[in-house]
Amino acid sequence: MSAILSITDVSKTFHNETSSTHVLSRLNLTVNEGDFVTVIGPSGCGKSTLLKLIAGLDTDYTGAVNIEGKKVERPSQDKGFIFQEHRLFPWLNVEGNIAADLPLRKPEVRKRVDELIRLVKLEGFEKAYPRQLSGGMSQRVAIARALLRNPKVLLLDEPFGALDAFTRAHLQDALLDIWQTNRTTMVLVTHDIDEAVFLSNRVIVMDARPGRIKAVIPVDLPYPRRRTGTAFQDIRTHLLRSLEHHESEEPSYTI
Amino acid sequence: MTTTTIAAHSEQAVRPQVHKRKRPRSWRPLRRGIIIPALIIALWQTLSSTGSISETLYSSPWNIFNEYIDLTRTGELPHHLRISVVRAAFGFLLGGSLGLLTGLFVGMSKRFEEHVNPTVQMLRTVPLLAITPLFIMWFGFGELSKVLLISLGAFFPLYVNTFLGVRNVDRKLFEVARVLEFSQLRQLARLVLPASLPNVLLGIRLSLSTSWLCLVVAELLGAESGVGYMIQDARSFVQTDVVFVGITIFAIVGKLSDSIVRVLEQRLLRWQDSFKG
Repeated sequence: MSAILSITDVSKTFHNETSSTHVLSRLNLTVNEGDFVTVIGPSGCGKSTLLKLIAGLDTDYTGAVNIEGKKVERPSQDKGFIFQEHRLFPWLNVEGNIAADLPLRKPEVRKRVDELIRLVKLEGFEKAYPRQLSGGMSQRVAIARALLRNPKVLLLDEPFGALDAFTRAHLQDALLDIWQTNRTTMVLVTHDIDEAVFLSNRVIVMDARPGRIKAVIPVDLPYPRRRTGTAFQDIRTHLLRSLEHHESEEPSYTI
Repeated sequence: MTTTTIAAHSEQAVRPQVHKRKRPRSWRPLRRGIIIPALIIALWQTLSSTGSISETLYSSPWNIFNEYIDLTRTGELPHHLRISVVRAAFGFLLGGSLGLLTGLFVGMSKRFEEHVNPTVQMLRTVPLLAITPLFIMWFGFGELSKVLLISLGAFFPLYVNTFLGVRNVDRKLFEVARVLEFSQLRQLARLVLPASLPNVLLGIRLSLSTSWLCLVVAELLGAESGVGYMIQDARSFVQTDVVFVGITIFAIVGKLSDSIVRVLEQRLLRWQDSFKG
């Protein structure tokens, strides 16, 4: 498999009047086509910042972020982005939100939108407005909106963080389904260890102050994975240990 | 057994309630809104019928009603009303659309705001009545000065509210527009305009009422036709009935135009998830 995303020597510093914070320090990472990579780490480790750099939403950094060998300079449709909140347009209904700026009148757009509505299992809700949807449904609409643009990489920034445990598990299944059907490369940022092990074939463990990659843990379990399986628990423990290693250096009262 | 009874029971309990609530609901605001005007009219009629107030000075609802019929029959009222409505409409369209466009530009660009906004805000505080003599000197007593005066009044409410509306658009949605690669035009049409629509519609309502207000100022100060002229003319002959006809027709047409925008609001802002009282 060929590398679709490569991050070379990326560093980033946030400046304000009085101080500057080193957010990312000399990051190196390669993601292959069709990979499902999760990035996990304590809050403040710069994992969301990293995702913004890949998306081109933030270009103030040193080093290089390349997608298919080309430098990322601005946001584009081949880098789909799912935010923590669904960020749907409240004045558009479900199909309108998925199409966004594309005309639903066009048969090819119509056809793709209908396919995606089936893929994210929202049949019957085509005409519903965001205010009538639950959090999980809204996030599925957001995923469909990104997928309509046939992204080379789908970047997800803690997409299920605000959802309850049941909805989250359901959406994780849905996302795996989509990944297996479409083979879209996924990079998902999370703070949920189970989510990381359940979804990805590679977990990037990050450390804070300054943000850097501490460990890369491959997950070679076959899909669908059982959260209760021994192999699953072994990897989970392994992952937890690599995270704890950092936390032991911190005073016990920080969360 | 128990569950089916409960289910059937709750079905029945819910359904008629929905029906009962839905029908009268559309009429209820109208019924409630009419109570106060009806009371005032009744009191007024009683007072003038019993001779407690002078009919020449205060007229009475019945006299005004008859005057309406007379003026309509002679064609005087439709003639003046048509002229007034055309003036207000032209003024509103000219000033309102300029206000909307300027508000959009100023809202979209910080630089444009810094250049334009201070001047507009300064002009906004000048009372319209103070400018009226200038307009008459520059543009005469003709239609031009009236339409321009009305458009000046209609400009500011739409400008201020559109500007505010654009600045209230969720910044996070602009990020989405960037990720989805909206063009500048699409961003305006698909994001900025719909998102600021609640404020724009409010601006339209305020602009409409200001247009109506400025129309009266323009017509009272010098005109040979229009409802304002009709009032002015009737005043010099102490025809109180006609004065009241002019006043009430302003109120009626004003309320009517406001209602049209409110219906528009209800249609276009159905997506809004806000407190409805």
